[in-house]
Amino acid sequence: MSTKTIYGIFDDEQLLLSSVKEIRSNNIEIEEVYCPFPVHGLDKALDLKETRIAITSFIYGCLGLILGSLMIYYMMQVDWPQNIGGKPNWTFYHNVPAFVPVLFECTVLFSAHLMSITFLIRCCLFPGGTSDSPDKRTTDDKFLMVINVDSDTSSVKEMLTKTGATEINEKEA
Amino acid sequence: MQKEATIRDPLILGKKSYHDITKDVARPVEGKANKYWWILFSLSFVLFLWGVLSIAYTVGTGIGVWGLNKTVNWAWDITNFVWWIGIGHAGTLISAVLLLFRQKWRMSINRSAEAMTIFAVVQAALFPIIHMGRPWLAYYVFPIPNQFGSLWMNFNSPLIWDVFAISTYFSVSVVFWYIGLIPDFAMIRDRMSATISPMKKQLYSFLSFGWSGKAKHWQRFEEVSLVLAGLATPLVFSVHSIVSMDFATSIIPGWHTTIFPPYFVLGALFSGFAMVETLLIIMRKVVNLESYITIKHIEYMNIIILLTGSLVGTAYITELFMSWYSGVEFEQYAFLNRATGPYWWAYAIMMTCNVLTPQLYWFKSIRTSFVATFVLSIFINIGMWFERFVIIVTSLHRDYLPSAWSMFSPTFIDIGIFLGTIGFFFTLFLLYSRTFPVIAQAELKSILKSSGSEYKNKK
Repeated sequence: MSTKTIYGIFDDEQLLLSSVKEIRSNNIEIEEVYCPFPVHGLDKALDLKETRIAITSFIYGCLGLILGSLMIYYMMQVDWPQNIGGKPNWTFYHNVPAFVPVLFECTVLFSAHLMSITFLIRCCLFPGGTSDSPDKRTTDDKFLMVINVDSDTSSVKEMLTKTGATEINEKEA
Repeated sequence: MQKEATIRDPLILGKKSYHDITKDVARPVEGKANKYWWILFSLSFVLFLWGVLSIAYTVGTGIGVWGLNKTVNWAWDITNFVWWIGIGHAGTLISAVLLLFRQKWRMSINRSAEAMTIFAVVQAALFPIIHMGRPWLAYYVFPIPNQFGSLWMNFNSPLIWDVFAISTYFSVSVVFWYIGLIPDFAMIRDRMSATISPMKKQLYSFLSFGWSGKAKHWQRFEEVSLVLAGLATPLVFSVHSIVSMDFATSIIPGWHTTIFPPYFVLGALFSGFAMVETLLIIMRKVVNLESYITIKHIEYMNIIILLTGSLVGTAYITELFMSWYSGVEFEQYAFLNRATGPYWWAYAIMMTCNVLTPQLYWFKSIRTSFVATFVLSIFINIGMWFERFVIIVTSLHRDYLPSAWSMFSPTFIDIGIFLGTIGFFFTLFLLYSRTFPVIAQAELKSILKSSGSEYKNKK
């Protein structure tokens, strides 16, 4: 038996949300949803896991702090310690108050950049990448739901129409 | 769905659908420039060219072509640097701090405010590089051994803190701006026809990184925006605090003040909001965005200007009080000389533009008028430039040795470089307004139903 892909297109995010809930309560799996803007509550309705990207940012920040400290320690204490303006640089812990601004900047630098890079990699976004959205109106004003169906497509289509889809397309997989 | 109190004024005027927002944001990119754009662009470009020539002359001859002398050894260069950095701060405040406070009115202005930040930081960064005299040795400020041999930079120095602060601020601002731009570039990419404008379509495909708007991607996108806002907020406060420490860690009377970091940060926000207003009041007309950048947005910004302006005024008075209370005669003289010495006129301009002008915003009729706001925003921009001039030049020009006292007068080249950066800034901003989605349309669509005037009236 062939698998068919059904695209349900909605005009309104409220209808989309209630439709997602309705379809999922009937044990039909939704493959993907494409939206022109972030719809609040959609991740809960689709039962998506919470993203862990904020945790990575914390880890990268710690990494930046450690690398920044090591850099300053090596340059100011190990490799070439100097007595600048009567303030000697023999020990790190005595001088650390003066290093706070740079350590802070290193933390933010690593945290922000590496998190953004992680985001791009996890979402497979890269310069020149191509969009896999089945309908290009999804970046404008349409909300699109993708459902893969093995057997009878009519019940799914009916459910989509009933919950407010304005357009339903079908594609043989 | 977003909920908002019905008594709040709408943030999007007119009968707009999601598709209308798309069309309105894409119009400047797809259409042709009008007459005003070309006039403004030509003017800015001429100023920019004057700046390029002045910089070339400075680099070729040496910084002796500026008006600096042995006593006043820091003047317009650092004044312009601090002024430009300060202007940048409002962009980050609007996009990051207002995001953390969930202020929805930021959405139609954050993109342009961030663009302003980036372009202003570019201007600011030019000054220390030119002032090096040998800009091809600019890499000395980075943590690499001098001459790739033995000596490292000094991490105890506020000037090095500045290098780290400004470069982090610039790169993080660019990333924050770009992440927000990806869905909007994707919107423009999907509107471009591959047959009519294949080059443009390819360009925007490249820039949009293949964004398609999947539910999981939006979830991550929102998390990344929130965390970047959380990182950018302490970053923006650190940047101007560190800029102020360039002065505050020295022992010059008038600079050696613990009040400097908060005072500089507030001044930066104050001047930055004024510049945002100057730009947006012009831009909403030039690219027809009157429905999105409304008088309500201007009023909210005026209220912030009133707050930060009053705090800046308080800081001026605190400084005066502390110099008298310190009992140090050098400190007392530095402030007396500012107000009554040969540079009294600069001090008077600073006081009038920064302390008195924002107080006019107590009147609702003034803070809800485009014309009044535009005029006052120019006053504030001028006043804040003079604030830096007063702090820097009047503290230096009469030092400990009366035989060394002197005055500063800018040369043709000083003026050329400053006006050149203004030209460069507007050139970049005008090019941006024709090629970028100037409103964060994806975000704006998410508040259409809670803050659009049509939907509000239905309730």
